[in-house]
Amino acid sequence: MPGSLIAIGDALPYLLRGSLVTLIVVIGAMGLGLVLGVPLAVGQVYGHPALRRVIAVYVWFFRGIPLLVLLFLFYFGLCTALDINLSAFAVAIVVLGLISSAYQSQIFRGAILSLPEGQFKAARALGMSDLKAISVIILPQAIRLSVPGWSNEYSILLKDSAVTYALGVAEIMARAHFVATRTYQQLPLYFAAGVIFLILTWVGTKGLRLLEEKVRIPGYSTHGL
Amino acid sequence: MMPAPILRIENISKRYGKKDVLQGASLEVNKGDLKILIGPSGAGKSTLLQCINFLVKPDEGRIWLDEQEVHYAHKRDLYAYRQKVGMIFQDFNLFDHLNALENVRIGMVKVKGMGKAEAGERAVMELERVGLGDHMQQYPAQLSGGQKQRVSIARALAMDPKVLLLDEPTSALDPELIGEVHAVIRDLGNNGMTMIMATHQIGFARSLASEIIFMEDGRILERGTPDKIFNHAENARTRGFCSKITELYGER
Amino acid sequence: MEEWLYIQTEVYPALLKGFWVSLELILPSAICGLVIGILVGVLRVYGSRPVMAAANAYVALFRGIPLVVQLFIWYFGLPYIGIYLSPFTAAVLGFALCSGAYHSEYIRGALLSIKRGQMLAAQSLGFHKVQMIFSIILPQAIRLALPGCGNEIIYLIKYSSLAYMITCIELTGQGKILASNSFKYTEVFLMIGACYLVMTSVAALILGRLEDRLRLPGFEHHRI
Ligand SMILES: Nc1ncnc2c1ncn2[C@@H]1O[C@H](COP(=O)(O)OP(=O)(O)O)[C@@H](O)[C@H]1O
Ligand SMILES: [Mg+2]
Repeated sequence: MPGSLIAIGDALPYLLRGSLVTLIVVIGAMGLGLVLGVPLAVGQVYGHPALRRVIAVYVWFFRGIPLLVLLFLFYFGLCTALDINLSAFAVAIVVLGLISSAYQSQIFRGAILSLPEGQFKAARALGMSDLKAISVIILPQAIRLSVPGWSNEYSILLKDSAVTYALGVAEIMARAHFVATRTYQQLPLYFAAGVIFLILTWVGTKGLRLLEEKVRIPGYSTHGL
Repeated sequence: MMPAPILRIENISKRYGKKDVLQGASLEVNKGDLKILIGPSGAGKSTLLQCINFLVKPDEGRIWLDEQEVHYAHKRDLYAYRQKVGMIFQDFNLFDHLNALENVRIGMVKVKGMGKAEAGERAVMELERVGLGDHMQQYPAQLSGGQKQRVSIARALAMDPKVLLLDEPTSALDPELIGEVHAVIRDLGNNGMTMIMATHQIGFARSLASEIIFMEDGRILERGTPDKIFNHAENARTRGFCSKITELYGER
Repeated sequence: MEEWLYIQTEVYPALLKGFWVSLELILPSAICGLVIGILVGVLRVYGSRPVMAAANAYVALFRGIPLVVQLFIWYFGLPYIGIYLSPFTAAVLGFALCSGAYHSEYIRGALLSIKRGQMLAAQSLGFHKVQMIFSIILPQAIRLALPGCGNEIIYLIKYSSLAYMITCIELTGQGKILASNSFKYTEVFLMIGACYLVMTSVAALILGRLEDRLRLPGFEHHRI
């Protein structure tokens, strides 16, 4: 037993540097997913039928194919075929971000659809254009309603980021495996990796809960959606 | 010579599928008028009011504001027109993510392009006018129904409308809160605001309306002074409706 | 011509083989996962305090730790204490335990949302606790939980690809081998992706049908 504790202790700084990589991947993917997800949601709710169809196919594609397959497809396939020189790290962020944009767009879409129709009507009655009504009235409310879904998305991305180990991204899992195969302390090291993920999930969801409190509007429930 | 009507509506029709919801409604409103729409539920009162500011696009018909015809297909004209025609909804439709002050201010800032400070001052004034000077920081969920409706009136007034459309503004309110909203509307009327209002509140209509318009099945069946409609209606349906509604809502 | 021959003799049999392995992984995992989820969900709501705490701990652990890490623990980690599992067994064990934890969340939520009056009525008729849970509560709860559990099964189909990472050669693994041999990464992984799209779409269709079949007035879900 002490042997395993020593192994974990020795590897800890190395693993913690991996959690920095993990966090950058997750935050990058979440940001990309947000930037793409909001316009996708708006397009899917208010867009031309042809546009809605296209977005629906996009969402279906990125939600229907496993992350691992998409990572392989982009890293070994598309990057080579299109002669794009991206590191495994960058591909990990892009692929996770694209997948997340599909999921986030559905979170926002649900939030937009859950707003009472009267909000849009009242904005129009004041003389707002549709674009203005969406940006000033609809989105600020929809984004607040989306925070719980967002916090869920964070913990999913955090766990999914461990899969990028398959491309050799030096995140927590890759480092745990690297040490484990050299020290033969597999169980303790994978366990340590698991605990680090648990802590990151806990810290992140706590942080997002605080954000939720901060953007909360009195009497405006974001639960039970 | 009579002054030209401030708002003229000619032959507005609207169908939903096979159902004729409005069949050629026409209306002339002079400055300072308070026209009251009455009629059974489903008569088309809300649809008519929403057609007037094109929240519902009429299939047929024309509208003039200040003798200028409104071309709603022309977006810029439409938005400019809607600023001049305020709308009060039955269920308030306050913006849930904004407090009372911000609700009143947002139209001025985002639509009229006023500065925040100037718009804020005006918003304070309008809220004080409707008796909500003490509730400016409250969010919709923290206000009573009557307070919400008064904020929504302040929000509309802040746009300097020439005409105010009110769609059953007190129907969603508990009886004891109706009075405070009626007081605000009465005040507006006394100050010369032009209004078209759908309501079931017969007492209010009787004491303030310049004209009562009775609608049924998408048609205007009869119109006239309150005295005429409530006491000497020509149409049997009008008489039937008035006696029923008087029984329900009483003389207040 | 040569291309076609290659597809016929190499690609098609390999993918078919991989596809069957994937199915063999998914089906038992899905069934075991559901059973675990229902049991754990019930225990988390109606269990005694220690049982409830244990069930909650299980769910927190298995939902909080990435599935890859769990699979590594089962396959590469257990030999450390002298337990050797085949890649296939380790994968099924990992999938079932993990998806069971997720299922239990939906079951628990559904159980909690059933009105107290239902239980009072059952008790007043003389049902005892277990009878009441199985004949009154669960039939309602499963309808409420179905969309969430259905989603979970679709996730499972996708996550079954992770078995490749513990050397269980299923669809993704076969794809990786094919692609490395032929260097046709884009084509092969698009094909693999299409296979998964078919699987997830068919599963979604079946689950939608099932939802329609089980639909009762008052238990509708508004799909958005
Ligand atoms: N969006 C719509 N689609 C179909 N029918 C509608 C719609 N809006 C209103 N209607 C129908 O139009 C008729 C008039 O409705 P409304 O104008 O709301 O009446 P009122 O306000 O007088 O009660 C009703 O029969 C209603 O069912
Ligand atoms: Mg109405």
